[in-house]
Amino acid sequence: MWEYSEKVMDHYRNPRNVGKIDDADAVGIAGSLTCGDQLKIYLKIKDGIVTDAKFQTFGCGSAVASSSILTEMIIGKSVDEVRKITNKDIVDELGGLPPEKMHCSVMGYEALEDALKGYVDKDELDEAFDALGGEKEHSDKIVCTCFGVTENQIWEAIKVNNLKTVEEVTNYTKAGGACGKCKGLIQDIIDTYYHKEKHAEKEEKPSLSPAQKILKINSIIENQISPELQKDGGDITLVDIDGDKVYVRLRGRCSGCKNSMLTLKSFVETSLKEAVDSNIEVVEVN
Amino acid sequence: MSNKLIYLDNNATTRVDDRVYEAMLPYFKEEYANPSSMYQFATTASRALKDAREQVREFFNAKSEKEIIFTSCGSESANTAIRGVLGMNKNKKHIITSKVEHPCVLNLYQTLEKQGYKVDYIGVNSVGELDLEQLSEAINDDTALVSIMYANNETGVINPIAKISDIIKSKNPNTKFFVDAVQVAGKIPIDVQECGVDLMGVSGHKFHAPKGVGALYVNSKTIITPLIIGGHQERGKRAGTENVPYIVGLGKACDVARDFMKYEATEVKRLRDKLENGILKNVYNARLNTGLANRVPNTTNIGFEYIEGELILLHLSDLGICASSGSACTSGSLEPSHVLRAMNVPFTAIHGSIRFSLSKYTTESEIDYVNSVLPGIIEKIRNISPYQEELAELKRRKSL
Repeated sequence: MWEYSEKVMDHYRNPRNVGKIDDADAVGIAGSLTCGDQLKIYLKIKDGIVTDAKFQTFGCGSAVASSSILTEMIIGKSVDEVRKITNKDIVDELGGLPPEKMHCSVMGYEALEDALKGYVDKDELDEAFDALGGEKEHSDKIVCTCFGVTENQIWEAIKVNNLKTVEEVTNYTKAGGACGKCKGLIQDIIDTYYHKEKHAEKEEKPSLSPAQKILKINSIIENQISPELQKDGGDITLVDIDGDKVYVRLRGRCSGCKNSMLTLKSFVETSLKEAVDSNIEVVEVN
Repeated sequence: MSNKLIYLDNNATTRVDDRVYEAMLPYFKEEYANPSSMYQFATTASRALKDAREQVREFFNAKSEKEIIFTSCGSESANTAIRGVLGMNKNKKHIITSKVEHPCVLNLYQTLEKQGYKVDYIGVNSVGELDLEQLSEAINDDTALVSIMYANNETGVINPIAKISDIIKSKNPNTKFFVDAVQVAGKIPIDVQECGVDLMGVSGHKFHAPKGVGALYVNSKTIITPLIIGGHQERGKRAGTENVPYIVGLGKACDVARDFMKYEATEVKRLRDKLENGILKNVYNARLNTGLANRVPNTTNIGFEYIEGELILLHLSDLGICASSGSACTSGSLEPSHVLRAMNVPFTAIHGSIRFSLSKYTTESEIDYVNSVLPGIIEKIRNISPYQEELAELKRRKSL
């Protein structure tokens, strides 16, 4: 049983501002049915002030409570003020959430951000984004394909909540919570945020002869990668090695993951790059 | 909030039967002797242990009471069986199980895979029935063990154990067959001889004995290595001073369960069906996840489409109603139930799936109460769902 605060319980028992605004000035969506929670938020904005807000949520108690309290927090506030609201503000207002439920508050924040994205003008958004320290060209890159979490969302969650570990990022954003294959990428984002260069010593790896390399790749696929994939009902067969190109045949099955094949390929590539050579490229053959 | 408690989560644990509780009491303070001791004072404890073993033997319909090992729980029974069989067959590295086993078994197999075992996970169809053809094809000369649950804890779907045993023995007579029977004990009659199983585990607290005691049947043809090594207890198969009061409780629960087996098959089933039919009739976005599959009499697993399970449980809990959910949100994991996923339950219903599990203590008025409040709870949650159009379409189709 989760230990929910009185306020969380009050809000899932009696959610405020439920419903839809037909002539909304801004609408935002976060989450999806496959992920287990989705939030839609509708805003009515007049002269830069949020005059009304309504929500519809598919989700657990804390998801409903986060959505409900968020609408209360923003009604009557200016768009500029609303844009400053983070998931942490939602959590504070609720009197806390269990660590595993933090992603519910992030979903509230994301739906709000999504709604306002369509409302504010482009230049202002770019400025706001630069101020957050985001790398624009990577921002929309999906890191967790299972839950569709982007690099930017992870970056922001780390920044706002001072997250230090992959587990914390999963609790806040869900990223890495299903098949777990993006955990390495999440660690990289954390490392980048805290200015740690994890792979600084990469060059010092001894260079291998072509024959040694083939043997090593083969052994890593057989002994490390293949058992990992088999756990999820997938598998990998090594077809050919040509220089740095590794040709493999993949069979994936990571239920709930829309782009599991993509994740699979990047998992194999990351594993081989780390263990053998950073120049390795994995090519999938059918 | 209501003060009344309506406990419909008996697949999680059950209330201890009064007769069981009473039978245990003397062995805490009066008859506390170690049954292995040599003085007169130990006679009662040692006889109680013997009687309990006979009660459990009868419950399994085992040939001999030497085939019964007392354990601390269902997980220990499974671990003892699985590791014990593999320990005696060190040259064989292949195991077969199902995708819908209890986590206590699945997690053990994942550990064994890391130790070099090859494990095949047999799938189920959309109502939760095991793919027997796939099972048959998977058995080979290297197969040390097949382990299949008797009934699934989330759906209640019963596997045809006798048939599975025939398949195994016809493909490889040396392959051992372990059955996790935790979810059928006390619900349907068990007969290890008729089913042709080599090992079978049960857990006391699932059928009105207390938590902390279980049993494992190991037939005389099957030799296992012990999991807990130490004293001579349980014929060397499970060291540790026997937990006499709890073992007495388990024995008594076996006796009581046999008396109630008919009640389970008729009354408990009638109430379960009443609950199930009431929900399916009155809630348009409800679907029975197990279809027409053969189930234990006390369990129903219903998916409520386009709404989320934890929220249903929280609202039920506010009214004192206890049930459980296959939703990701209740477990702390982010993925929904592995059982419902293996069945390919549609993603619209998987997060909103609720398990109700009844017992002999469930009353008609409790079921009537749940049937009277549940549609309102579901409606309230439906009303905040962002999938209003999809729900309207469901309603339209249902009314046709």
